[in-house]
Amino acid sequence: MSAATAAVGTQGDATPYYDGVVKNFVLASVFWGIVGFLAGDFIAWQLAFPALNLDLEWTTFGRVRPVHTNAVIFAFGGNALIGTSFYVVQRTCRASLFGGAGFGNFIFWTFQSLIVLAASSYVLGGSQGREYAELEWWLDIYLTVIWVCYLIAFAGTIMRRKEPHIYVANWFYLAFILTIAMLHLGNNLALPVVFFGGESWWKSYSLYAGVQDAMTQWWYGHNAVGFFLTAGFLAMMYYFVPKRAERPVYSYRLSIVHFWALIFLYIWAGPHHLHYTALPDWAQTLGMTFSVMLWMPSWGGMINGLMTLSGAWDKLRTDPVMRFLVSSVAFYGMSTFEGPMMSIKAVNSLSHYTDWTVGHVHSGALGWVAFVTFGSFYYLIPKLWGRRELYSLKLVGLHFWVSTVGVVLYITAMWISGIMQGLMWRAYDSLGFLQYSFIETVEAMHPYYIIRAVGGLLFVLGGLIMVYNMIRTIRGDVAAGEAQPMAAAARG
Amino acid sequence: MSVFKQHQKLETNVFLLAVGILLTVITGGLVEIVPLFTIESTIEKVDGVRPYSPLEQAGRNIYVREGCYLCHSQMVRPFKDEVERYGHYSLAAESKYDHPFQWGSKRTGPDLARVGGKYTNDWHVRHLINPRDVVPESVMPGYPHLKHKLVFNDVEAHLKTLRGVGVPYTDEQIKSAKADLAAQAGVDATASSDFARRYPKAPMGDFDNNPEVTEMDALVAYLQVLGTFVDFTTVKPEKVAR
Repeated sequence: MSAATAAVGTQGDATPYYDGVVKNFVLASVFWGIVGFLAGDFIAWQLAFPALNLDLEWTTFGRVRPVHTNAVIFAFGGNALIGTSFYVVQRTCRASLFGGAGFGNFIFWTFQSLIVLAASSYVLGGSQGREYAELEWWLDIYLTVIWVCYLIAFAGTIMRRKEPHIYVANWFYLAFILTIAMLHLGNNLALPVVFFGGESWWKSYSLYAGVQDAMTQWWYGHNAVGFFLTAGFLAMMYYFVPKRAERPVYSYRLSIVHFWALIFLYIWAGPHHLHYTALPDWAQTLGMTFSVMLWMPSWGGMINGLMTLSGAWDKLRTDPVMRFLVSSVAFYGMSTFEGPMMSIKAVNSLSHYTDWTVGHVHSGALGWVAFVTFGSFYYLIPKLWGRRELYSLKLVGLHFWVSTVGVVLYITAMWISGIMQGLMWRAYDSLGFLQYSFIETVEAMHPYYIIRAVGGLLFVLGGLIMVYNMIRTIRGDVAAGEAQPMAAAARG
Repeated sequence: MSVFKQHQKLETNVFLLAVGILLTVITGGLVEIVPLFTIESTIEKVDGVRPYSPLEQAGRNIYVREGCYLCHSQMVRPFKDEVERYGHYSLAAESKYDHPFQWGSKRTGPDLARVGGKYTNDWHVRHLINPRDVVPESVMPGYPHLKHKLVFNDVEAHLKTLRGVGVPYTDEQIKSAKADLAAQAGVDATASSDFARRYPKAPMGDFDNNPEVTEMDALVAYLQVLGTFVDFTTVKPEKVAR
């Protein structure tokens, strides 16, 4: 599978597109997705039944949680982003991948080795203690090298384009690549102990401390959401939604306005993770203000995605792949409304430190990021492997409903548990004493933790349905009795 | 419209587009981060905050290694209920030597910013080995592996590195790091008076009733010092008003 296959472009020219490397990234993304979902569901059950921590140092919640977050964000999401960006940039530029299949596969294999090293280091206790940036210094450097190669391959392809204009999806991919580089370098500045003669070669201490360190971390942390999980996936939306709907993007001007507004405003939103902390008030206020403003460009993107379906809304009924794509944009709209609301200090005083935040993240991560990825992959897989359509569109429909029920269970359970815990912490009895001890608020979470874990299990199940459908499609099978929709036949 | 016409320049030149993106995304960070290093009132002027002792720092590294921050915050917010539950709200000064900060973002378990001195060493040891022995409803993992011997032979290098990033360890503190670690863990009683001078308020003794210096000793020593540096009876409220 590592051998690159060159397909001839559809535009009547003879540009070879390197799709072998795209196939690798798609397969890796699906694989790490399942691993990451499973890790997440495992730790979800741990919170309901702590015996599942197994009393082993490698399986405690604290060590597996970074495996889960990194696997889903950087391994599942990262492979999806790199893979689709290589697919999209070649086609929208009518140019073959810069550096060719060799360079593409070099990026692929180094990135996979990084993922394996990262996961093993977390399980063995090699975390630097920064959320979503747990990689220690030596892996940070490795990632930097891979990322520079990725930038070269991507930007190099744009530079050889035969189209005069750079397509909007590529703006988003480029903003994602550049900004993640900036954030990664800024947030991970650290001094390794080994430079001072230490034996602990893997260990380092961050350059900043306390309040400055907190601000830097959440400047990074929030924009990992903003640029990895939003800008990058908006790029996917801008290519795959119009493609699948066979409609042009709704508004070119809206895409310009919301692109620049989004990337400008996002960066300021970090301090909303630090409301009412020892971070100075002026920074908190800035963070809140910009977070609320961010609602506008976010919905600009949502509108542009949804309205692209103008005149093709019937596809929502007939095409389950379209259903994934449209629902993802709807979830994007919902969580980008919820986020600004939670960034308002009065709301945040209740929601912060509770499961509400966890629910919010997952409505974005499962509903938006994962769904737009599933939709894009369902479009992409038959194309990449030269099949007319997927093995079974009915199974896509099943995947959609199983996952959607899972997401809904997850986020509603977390809304209830989060708001309830926040209210319990601040409740006073009639004599003026705190009404609940902390552990009573933990006990109250139990049923919701079970519901959440069941929701997660459904999501894993949905993922496995996709794996099956993907394997059968790659093998070239077509499900018995499944009529291929007209649109697909026409595209063939 | 002319703005959209102008935009064509960016759309047709990847260098211009990249520069435009970088200029756009760099602003927010610069405005929000840089002043935190320059505005003097960012970190309150209070007495008592000192660098961690070698044993406490070893414990802190275990806290980071185990990902405790994923379920425990170290940041009391200035709300009536939080102050009553945990103690005085946290000051920026109290984490000024924390590399990295461990304020956390989630309270699956309670805040730990002021856990120091609230429970006995014995309670902590039993709780860490199996939380449900002391809190039956707890969902925290057990950490029996903390009984391992503490490996911190390169403690001097750690302190030097921390000095490199701005923690004001003295030459004396670095030179005596190994002895200080032993003194605090109760295995070398001779050095104890000097140790107490170098690290005021540091809890001392054999934390886990095991003559060997273990990871448990280090972690408990760290937990017992959390939030205890500043004596809030002597701090004028207007100095730390938020």
